[in-house]
Amino acid sequence: MRSAPGVPGVQAFMPDPSFLLIQSLSGLTYAMFLFLIASGLSLIFGVLGILNFAHGSLYMLGAYLTYQFVSQFINAPGQFWWAVIFGSLSVAVIGGVIERLSLRRLYIREELNQLLFTYALVLIIGDFAKIIWGTGQLSVSRPAILKGAIQIFGQFFPIYNIFIILLGPCIALLFWVILNHTRWGRIIRAAALDREMIGSLGVNVNSLFTMVFIIGSWLAGLGGALVSPIAAIVPGMDVEIIINAFIVVVIGGLGSFWGTLLGSLILGQVISFGILIFPRLSMVFIYVLMAVVLILRPWGLLGKPLQR
Amino acid sequence: MSKENWFILAIILFLALLPLSESRFYVFLGTDILIMALFAVSLNLLLGYTGLVCFGQAAYFGVGAYTCTLLMKKASLAFPIAFLAAPVFGAVAALMIGFFCIQRTKIYFAMLTLAFSQIVWAIVFKWNSLTGGDNGIIGIPFPQHLDSPTRFYYFTLAVVVCSFGIMREAVNSPFGRMLTTIRENPERTAFIGINVKLFQLLAFMISGFFSAIAGALFAIFNHSIFPDLLFWPQSAEVLIMAILGGMYSFFGPVVGAAVMLYMRMFITSYTQYWPLIMGTVLALLLFFFPGGIVGFLQNQRWFSRGSR
Repeated sequence: MRSAPGVPGVQAFMPDPSFLLIQSLSGLTYAMFLFLIASGLSLIFGVLGILNFAHGSLYMLGAYLTYQFVSQFINAPGQFWWAVIFGSLSVAVIGGVIERLSLRRLYIREELNQLLFTYALVLIIGDFAKIIWGTGQLSVSRPAILKGAIQIFGQFFPIYNIFIILLGPCIALLFWVILNHTRWGRIIRAAALDREMIGSLGVNVNSLFTMVFIIGSWLAGLGGALVSPIAAIVPGMDVEIIINAFIVVVIGGLGSFWGTLLGSLILGQVISFGILIFPRLSMVFIYVLMAVVLILRPWGLLGKPLQR
Repeated sequence: MSKENWFILAIILFLALLPLSESRFYVFLGTDILIMALFAVSLNLLLGYTGLVCFGQAAYFGVGAYTCTLLMKKASLAFPIAFLAAPVFGAVAALMIGFFCIQRTKIYFAMLTLAFSQIVWAIVFKWNSLTGGDNGIIGIPFPQHLDSPTRFYYFTLAVVVCSFGIMREAVNSPFGRMLTTIRENPERTAFIGINVKLFQLLAFMISGFFSAIAGALFAIFNHSIFPDLLFWPQSAEVLIMAILGGMYSFFGPVVGAAVMLYMRMFITSYTQYWPLIMGTVLALLLFFFPGGIVGFLQNQRWFSRGSR
């Protein structure tokens, strides 16, 4: 990163290339968080057929629980990393409990009931978070090793964000390997295509669904845990992220893995530059993009037109 | 007259006599309930009768509220003109948005209505010079001749009763039966030569028309408007009202609106955690009474079977 050579020819046309680069790196950082959350959302939709409104709430829980664990392990070495691990795993457990106790009973119902049930979870989890952690703004400090900033073409950029930008593709790659080159991944992909058939072939669909929900929740929790040092942990971060995650999965294609990554990258850049160039229109533009994709390619940019 | 009509007459009579209690509280609550009931019933034309899960109904509510207010405040038009313009704008907005939404079905339809309502919200939120942006517009006075809460209550009652009359006629007419047929099986309806999309679009427009009336009433009642009126949780809330009361009966959403607003009034005076209660009620409802309150009563035969 630091030693990347500049491209002098391009710089002449742009007003401030280093600034644009920083802006696009911030967009990339945000895209990585969006990817973590949206990939879980997309996975759950692909396999369970549920559009999970509460996914943003799980993300928020991840941030709050990380804060909680950081304050628990106050003097432990590597407290932040333990907090991220425990925080995200706790969210995974909570997700598993939710699926086992409640969502499971709604699979046979109409989509509307499932959608509204996950919305009920948004309300419940949001208020529980308020009861436990209050309405104030909480924050977690960055781990010592990632504090500070580095200079890129004379502009400062936080090391922590670079870490996120590097971590994102690693998780994506890991995820892709699991989905495409392991037995579990094959079963998950098969379940997304035909859950009755996979059941009749001897796979326990019930525990598969729980497992998928747990993995999806873990991804949301991990997103929340990792965002905690660079974002304010406040009530309302759930509602804010979920709509953006919806936009990502719609643009990329519901249930499509690479589509989710592409959608995250697009939305991250649009948000990052939109605020700069068209502060008034950027928000409108995001939703217009979502609507246009739904009208022209409801299966998303990289999804497959599949009659569900 | 049927048993049901006698019952409706009794309710109207009760509502007409409500201000005699001289309780400002009940007049206030009554107005609120009537307005939200109109909003919920207009949504239910789509949800319960046509089988379209609209997740962006707040857009038309907001269009009504902003049209009425802006015409009065910025264009200095008289209240009657502004008030009549609101539903026209609502129906036009519904026509434009509905045209695209009905191209999709199920979850994609819901996502598309969400996307469009967010576009409308973002425009209202960002167009500071016209709408006041995030600050909204405050200080909307009662119109002439309706300048007391009681008078405005009677005006609301009259408007809402007329609207219900028209909508009830519509759903019991051959047109309404056609909507129900489409809900039950769109493919088959299309197969016997019915233009399904045209009927759906008409339902969309009627729904937007009456939602906008509710929005215009709400703007005056509340004396102020904010972009939050169009934000997606508002759409979710009205959906919940319809489900709570029962989406498969005409007056179900009215019951839902009344129960929810009364509960909110009651519970918020004790605790700030109203969303937690609402979420829990909604979750229990989806599990145990998917037909809503009216559906439950009908099953118990405590109530004469309403027109469906």
